[in-house]
Amino acid sequence: MSLLRDLALGARFALSGGREGWTRTLLTAVGVGLGVALLLGTTALPGALNARTARDNARNDYGASVDGGPAADTLLIGRADSQYRGADVRGRLVQAEGAKSPLPPGVSALPAPGTMAASPALRDLLASPDGKLLRERIPYRISSTIADQGLMGPHELAYYAGSDTLKQRKDTADDAAEVMRVNAFVDKQQEKLDPILALLIVIIFVVLLMPVGVFIAAAVRFGGDRRDRRLAALRLAGADRRMTRWIAAGEALAGAAVGVVVGALFFVIGRQYVGDISVAGLNVFPSDIDPNPLLAAAVAIAVPASAVAVTLFAMRSVVVEPLGVVRASVPRRRRMWWRILPPLAGLGLLVPMMGRGRDRGMFNQSQVIGGTVLLLIGVTALLPWLVEAAVRRLGGGPVGWQLAVRRLQLTSGSAARMVNGIAVAVAGAIALQMLLGAVEGDYVKASGEDTSRAQLVVPLAGSDPARQSGELRTLKATEGVTQAVVLGSLNGGEKAKDPEHYTPVTVATCADLREVATLPSCKDGDTFTATGGDYPYDNIAKPGSTLCLDPALGGSKTRAAAVAWTLPAGTRDAPSRPDPMGQRRTGLLLTPGALPQHAKLPTRSTVYVSTAPDDALAKERVLNVAGRADPLTSARSLNDTQTSGRFAGVRKGLYIGAAAVLMLIGASLLVSMLEQLRERKKLLSALVAFGTRRTTLSWSVLWQTAVPVALGLTLAAAVGLGLGSVLLRMVGRSVTVDWVPAVSMVGIGAGVVLLVTALSLPPLWRLMRPEGLRTE
Amino acid sequence: MTPAGSLLVAQDLHKAYGPTPALDGAEFSIHPGEVVAVMGPSGSGKSTLLHCLAGIVTPDSGKILYDGRELSAMSDAERSALRRTEFGFVFQFGQLVPELTCVENVALPLRLTGVKRKEAERRSLEWMERLEVADLGNKRPGEVSGGQGQRVAVARSLVTQPRVVFADEPTGALDSLNGERVMQLLTEAARSTNAAVVLVTHEARVAAYSDREIVVRDGKSRDMMLEHSV
Amino acid sequence: MSIGHTLLGLLESGPRHGYDLKRAFDEKFGHDRPLHYGQVYSTMSRLLKNGLVEVDGVEAGGGPERKRYAITEAGVTDVETWIRQPEKPEPYLQSTLYTKVVLALLTGRDAADVLDTQRAEHLRLMRVLTDRKRRGDLSDQLICDHALFHLEADLRWLELTAARLVQLATEVRT
Repeated sequence: MSLLRDLALGARFALSGGREGWTRTLLTAVGVGLGVALLLGTTALPGALNARTARDNARNDYGASVDGGPAADTLLIGRADSQYRGADVRGRLVQAEGAKSPLPPGVSALPAPGTMAASPALRDLLASPDGKLLRERIPYRISSTIADQGLMGPHELAYYAGSDTLKQRKDTADDAAEVMRVNAFVDKQQEKLDPILALLIVIIFVVLLMPVGVFIAAAVRFGGDRRDRRLAALRLAGADRRMTRWIAAGEALAGAAVGVVVGALFFVIGRQYVGDISVAGLNVFPSDIDPNPLLAAAVAIAVPASAVAVTLFAMRSVVVEPLGVVRASVPRRRRMWWRILPPLAGLGLLVPMMGRGRDRGMFNQSQVIGGTVLLLIGVTALLPWLVEAAVRRLGGGPVGWQLAVRRLQLTSGSAARMVNGIAVAVAGAIALQMLLGAVEGDYVKASGEDTSRAQLVVPLAGSDPARQSGELRTLKATEGVTQAVVLGSLNGGEKAKDPEHYTPVTVATCADLREVATLPSCKDGDTFTATGGDYPYDNIAKPGSTLCLDPALGGSKTRAAAVAWTLPAGTRDAPSRPDPMGQRRTGLLLTPGALPQHAKLPTRSTVYVSTAPDDALAKERVLNVAGRADPLTSARSLNDTQTSGRFAGVRKGLYIGAAAVLMLIGASLLVSMLEQLRERKKLLSALVAFGTRRTTLSWSVLWQTAVPVALGLTLAAAVGLGLGSVLLRMVGRSVTVDWVPAVSMVGIGAGVVLLVTALSLPPLWRLMRPEGLRTE
Repeated sequence: MTPAGSLLVAQDLHKAYGPTPALDGAEFSIHPGEVVAVMGPSGSGKSTLLHCLAGIVTPDSGKILYDGRELSAMSDAERSALRRTEFGFVFQFGQLVPELTCVENVALPLRLTGVKRKEAERRSLEWMERLEVADLGNKRPGEVSGGQGQRVAVARSLVTQPRVVFADEPTGALDSLNGERVMQLLTEAARSTNAAVVLVTHEARVAAYSDREIVVRDGKSRDMMLEHSV
Repeated sequence: MSIGHTLLGLLESGPRHGYDLKRAFDEKFGHDRPLHYGQVYSTMSRLLKNGLVEVDGVEAGGGPERKRYAITEAGVTDVETWIRQPEKPEPYLQSTLYTKVVLALLTGRDAADVLDTQRAEHLRLMRVLTDRKRRGDLSDQLICDHALFHLEADLRWLELTAARLVQLATEVRT
């Protein structure tokens, strides 16, 4: 019972200790609150992602096609997905085939032809000046709004437009497969999370939460010196050591408890804005962020409990005597051996998993978390030793340096405690940036698209050759288009009907053919056989043999007459080269002169469009042209960093998160720096009296922060690069040190130091005014 | 009123902190090698007088001449430089930098003027020897007694061989025996280097180490010696 | 100071001639006022009469000053009693300074000036004593300190009075 009484007494001190006590409690509460809000968000995230995935499944139309003809409950769907200024636009054309056609989720009634149900974000975009060009591509009138349950997140651009042409296309066109017939939207097929992505998410949480933990631990110790003095006074009044420990714990408990409330408040407020945030294209509704009640309760209990534990642990090395506080830990030199154990243990957990990501195996999550946490804890354990050992060897230098070094030598422990958070955040962020960079590099290679040669690919249907040449003219005349490489595609079978073997045939001008093969020489009328292509094919094309050229390989519904054509004897070999999409063509390469019938032959064409690099909107205009030619066009931008868009968001988010954590820690650095300066007001004035320059003392303040932070950042960079290398080996990538994130994270850390110094200079100068001597 | 050959002279000083006047027409003068006690009850303005004389605080009006130069006409940087090179300071509670060793504390003013560390510490040790605290060189201020600390502070004030030492209640925190010893060492050392000492104190026994005293009351000064000789 | 007890105390370490006694006294206690030989003679005859000392021997051809004195048992007891008896503290209730200050106030003179002048006078003496202390040995220092502390006490009273002059003035005038 007395234990509880002591705790309550401490809590009362924290809440009624006058302005000073309040400031301290408030600082602690805000610090703990930020941590708690982040923890609550973390516990809510899995649920949010599940809700999002569930909504995505509910509207899925991939693989939902039904066999058979139209029925009362079928719906025709055409995909009109597009991109606008880098953002994905999910578009669907729909046409009901009966009264019982299914409705997509979030849509109350199927839109009539020429109208659409649009997502709120799309509606806003179209209404804004920024959406002017998109308006041309999506000309439908907005008749209704897609409700939240039909959207992945509040930022999603999506629409369902009514159509009256799908049925005809499904029935008659060559590309009828573009139109799907469905009778329901739900598809239970669930994509398994990419193990590397899962690893990334786990590491992100660990990396961002660890410094928050370190920060909470530091936050409950704000203003410790004053508290110690108060405790000494309590000892004088008769409290024993055990009581003082528990009273101190009570103070921390009160701060942490207020912090939990503040954190809940931060969380509720922050949740309102979660809809505005997109990370890696991920964007969820505020209502999705609904923490698991059990986990939330665990946070609410664990945070104050750990505040008590941290305080009791810290008070172990502090002996509160009636006449003052003795820190037992000061004279004892720190030993290294046990501090090296956690990082070694962490490595021990991670190293066995190296290489497992190569075959897409899953990682043991608790092993990953354990290993990463232990490695990062290693930073917090090693840093005090490192700071002490390094600072002990420092000496010499100007007065400002001497003042700072001597001070650090006396109080290296508290200096190390302060930069611990920075070090952990930086180490984790560097490792993560390395991992992201490497994974990102993978996707670039896989895409193989070369945006230096063309920026867009526009497929053109060929059922009507006259119409196609008109579309080509429009495309080439579009503002901002500098070049268009047109490659016609045909198939050459050995007979007109149901051929067993066929050869792909590409028809293009000499100049355009050079984009897909290295030609020895070329004039109109020449023919070539591509060698070294990506796909093997049935080589039925021997010079002199006759091929039946057909745009759709026998499946053509237009039944345009296949043309019989004889391969000339002068056909030469030409080595294939990657086209702008990164593929090597196979089969025959013909110039138009070799195929006189070409102009009348229905030919599917692929157009590689280049746009003026300084015209950002040229791509949108090209897509508009393509969309007008065919609303279901799969024209798109080429992107050699196809996936990097997603990771760029993650990386940016990580920078922002790390910077925010660093700012948080910078704030606590600032608080303790100001506390220290205030305590030495008189001494500062005395130093000024005998002529100390402002710059000398400013330098000492700078060094005092910079030296431990520099040591912390060095250690963090080493551990971060080490952890990053291990993670890279885990996902089976070769280890290449990416200096950019390392340097930029260290740069952010250094920036925090400069900021803290800059912010403590005005108070320092104020304290240096001679009025400080007037105390008597 | 200004005695010829004065090193530091103040005339008709006025200084107010907010509405309360701290100095109200105070006068002062001191010769090289002279020890002048500034006496008066607490709150009389004696510390403000010292701060003005030392160029730490600028008076609202009045003239301070050091070695023929007008102090209030100098810039802050010039006055700081003057304090570094020509003045020395002793405060009531030593005001030693707690994390520096004693010898580093003594060497601090020298290092501020640009003397190399080794040389500064060598000269500091000489002064510490004169003040009988040479054996404390490598101790930190927290590890020495109040009397020892104050002697270190005196050594620090003298190490630059200043022409004026300003001592603000230098024995205020010491017992009689330690106070006497500090005063004896301070005045002897100052006399031997012909430095003037401005000694602010409210203790008569400390003031008795001076050559003459000036009494400050309600911001006005009174030079008793001068009045008697007139 | 009781000269009789002091001389008795000096004799405790061994018999002495009258002349030796005077010298020892002057050396240890008589910095300001050396003893006249007559004082020694009259004191010693009083002590002889009371049986506290006895004549140990007379130098040949000697006058009265050639006697050697020794302390008796009764003398030792007397010294013992005297040393152990605490001195009565001075009450200092009759202060000329106080009188001067009150009169200054009553007659409309500057009382602060009276105090300042007095302080200057005190400090002048204190400087002399401090200087002597600086040059002298330990006994010099102790004797001077005794005087210095007394003078300081006077000055502290002066400061206190100065701080209360206004209050005193109203009280005196009513």
